Amino acid sequence: MSNAILESGAAMADRAPRHGVEELSMQQALNLALDEVLAENPKTLVFGEDCGRLGGVFRITDGLQAKYGTGRVFDTPLAESGILGMSAGLAMAGFHPIPEVQFDGFAYPAINQIVCQIARMNYRSRGTMPMPVTLRVPSFGGIRAPEHHGESLEALFAHVPGLKVVSPSNPHEAYHLLKYAATRPDPVIFMEPKSRYWQKGEVTFDSADPAGSAAGGPPTGAKVMREGRHVTLIAWGAMVARCLQVAGLAAEDGIDVEVLDLRWLKPIDAAALAASVRKTRRAVVVHEAPLTSGLGAEVAQLITQSCFDTLKAPVERITGFDVPYPSGDLEDEYIPNIDRILFGIQRVLEYRRG
Amino acid sequence: MDTMPSPATGSGAGQLPGPLSRQLSGAPAEPLTDDQLRELYSLMVAVRHLDTSAIAWQRQGLIPGYAPELGQEAAQVGSGYAVDTTRDFVFPTYREMGVARAMGVDMVAYMSTHKATWHGGLYNPLESRLAPIQAVVGGSVLHAVGWAHGQTLSGIAGTNTDGTAGVAMTYFGDGASSQGDVHEAMNFAAVMRAPVVFFVQNNGWAISVPTERQVAGGSVAARAAGYGMPALQIDGNDVVAVVEATRRAFAHARAGNGPVLIEAMTYRRGPHSTSDDPGRYRSLNDERDDAGEDPVERFRKRLLADGVADESFFAEALAAAKTEEEHIRAGIQALGPRPGMEMFDLVFQETTPALQAQAASWREESEHV
Repeated sequence: MSNAILESGAAMADRAPRHGVEELSMQQALNLALDEVLAENPKTLVFGEDCGRLGGVFRITDGLQAKYGTGRVFDTPLAESGILGMSAGLAMAGFHPIPEVQFDGFAYPAINQIVCQIARMNYRSRGTMPMPVTLRVPSFGGIRAPEHHGESLEALFAHVPGLKVVSPSNPHEAYHLLKYAATRPDPVIFMEPKSRYWQKGEVTFDSADPAGSAAGGPPTGAKVMREGRHVTLIAWGAMVARCLQVAGLAAEDGIDVEVLDLRWLKPIDAAALAASVRKTRRAVVVHEAPLTSGLGAEVAQLITQSCFDTLKAPVERITGFDVPYPSGDLEDEYIPNIDRILFGIQRVLEYRRG
Repeated sequence: MDTMPSPATGSGAGQLPGPLSRQLSGAPAEPLTDDQLRELYSLMVAVRHLDTSAIAWQRQGLIPGYAPELGQEAAQVGSGYAVDTTRDFVFPTYREMGVARAMGVDMVAYMSTHKATWHGGLYNPLESRLAPIQAVVGGSVLHAVGWAHGQTLSGIAGTNTDGTAGVAMTYFGDGASSQGDVHEAMNFAAVMRAPVVFFVQNNGWAISVPTERQVAGGSVAARAAGYGMPALQIDGNDVVAVVEATRRAFAHARAGNGPVLIEAMTYRRGPHSTSDDPGRYRSLNDERDDAGEDPVERFRKRLLADGVADESFFAEALAAAKTEEEHIRAGIQALGPRPGMEMFDLVFQETTPALQAQAASWREESEHV
């Protein structure tokens, strides 16, 4: 190893920043975000199982090793605890690790390092050893994969003090949220909806939130993806696209659905939830994870806290079931589908007190 | 004794015979000077006195708990003494008081963890070159590998052999050697040739479980062969052997030759912690038979026999240790609880609205601000 390995990245830093709008898949948007992060900060490192020469099993790190060298983009031995424990040590040495856990279910073997070490090191060290670790986790279901390849871990991570959790819903969000997460001084669990990797969408480079009130600002908080008057659908990751589909169908029946992309699952944007539901007075939260102790409960409580007086109906939760994630043949029965979400909307619209 | 392999005997760096030890590169370290030998003795006496005093502090109600390292003074002082705090970094567990003292860490700040002031201790890890105290055994072993690989990536280590590289030393015991993280760490370090010294204190016991019920094959050092890593199994109760072995290991790693494992054979002469009752799993006769000679007394006899120190020096060392302990005790006694706002302020570098709201609520309802 030599300094040249690290300096090759610095040479890329003078690349022209992107402008305008491009049609990209989420895989391309994430790859581009990593490329730019590596170019902009010589302390960033990208690594994990098969992340180097292969470019990752989902090709999110495709081409990065050739561009930035084996020092900054590398394959690790096949051990998730090792990957995350090494990340903690690299962060202590002043680096910004961006490790990948190949599939959501393989984060379980690394829980000790994530929960007991990375999440607590800033606290334990009284702020002297921050953990700027951006852990990328291909997440959620929908690809007919084997067991442990379709888990939804957001509630588990969001419950851990010291972690932040975010999930993008489309290529634009993926690009901006990853670029933002990878410059934060705290650990961020970045949950990529693997079923959306190959869906294309417009990425507006100049501004993360061009339409939002925080236009030009950092992509923090939730984002209204479709405005509506009758009911708010709250979702994240792959479920946002499904909720937008549902909103389109509901509109045919004259029901005006607002879709709120939560984006950050910790911290949750309570103000955005309040603003939307104060207007619509009805809320349905949708997630793939099991119902019990899922983030739907947290969202429902935040809404109840801020909108108790104006709510027309109890907050509905349309979620996965309290079962182990099923095999591919049954996953369409498990993941919230259009009909179940529509039933949820119907229940909050038809609810009568007493 | 039959609970662990017999320690090597005699002075000098004991080591596994055969090819393993020959793999260890680097010139033999300079012999320790008489001043250094006396300094090592003073450190061991200071550590012994603080350690036994800390148990008394707990019995007196000054601190809620403590994990004594009685009997491990040679292993801890000897290895900590070999650290170059201008460039190396050490990753401890919760029983490395002797290492911290030998490295020159502020001992009030270190012992504050046992006062229940702050889990990781109040010392600054970056300035002390000692990572925060760690309650998960084996938890910090991987951190050493990551930190060490960071030295390689920074170009400090690896290509240069002029002895400027920083080396990570990580501590764990015979018990923690069962942890998967320890094996992942050894494999990662060996694959990446990371400059790491794995320092194992095999003290015979993981709370109540003896090494024979813990370590298949009986030797942690023997496992290094499976990772293609040189290992030294040394008499951990011989402080000179420990210093020399640790220096050799550092030289090997510093020169870019990858990790080294040292297994220091010693004996936990006290309880696991002030809450433990060793009478439930070993007898006083067992302790007398298995502990071997007290490492502090053994070193004292050696210095006396070699004419390096005399009784007046030993008396001075003990007096200095007592003065030091009184100073640390006073510092611990003076430690009040940390401001409650630190609970909230130190979670993140960038706090969250939810955490701010909880902090505000706490201040209003508990602090009545």
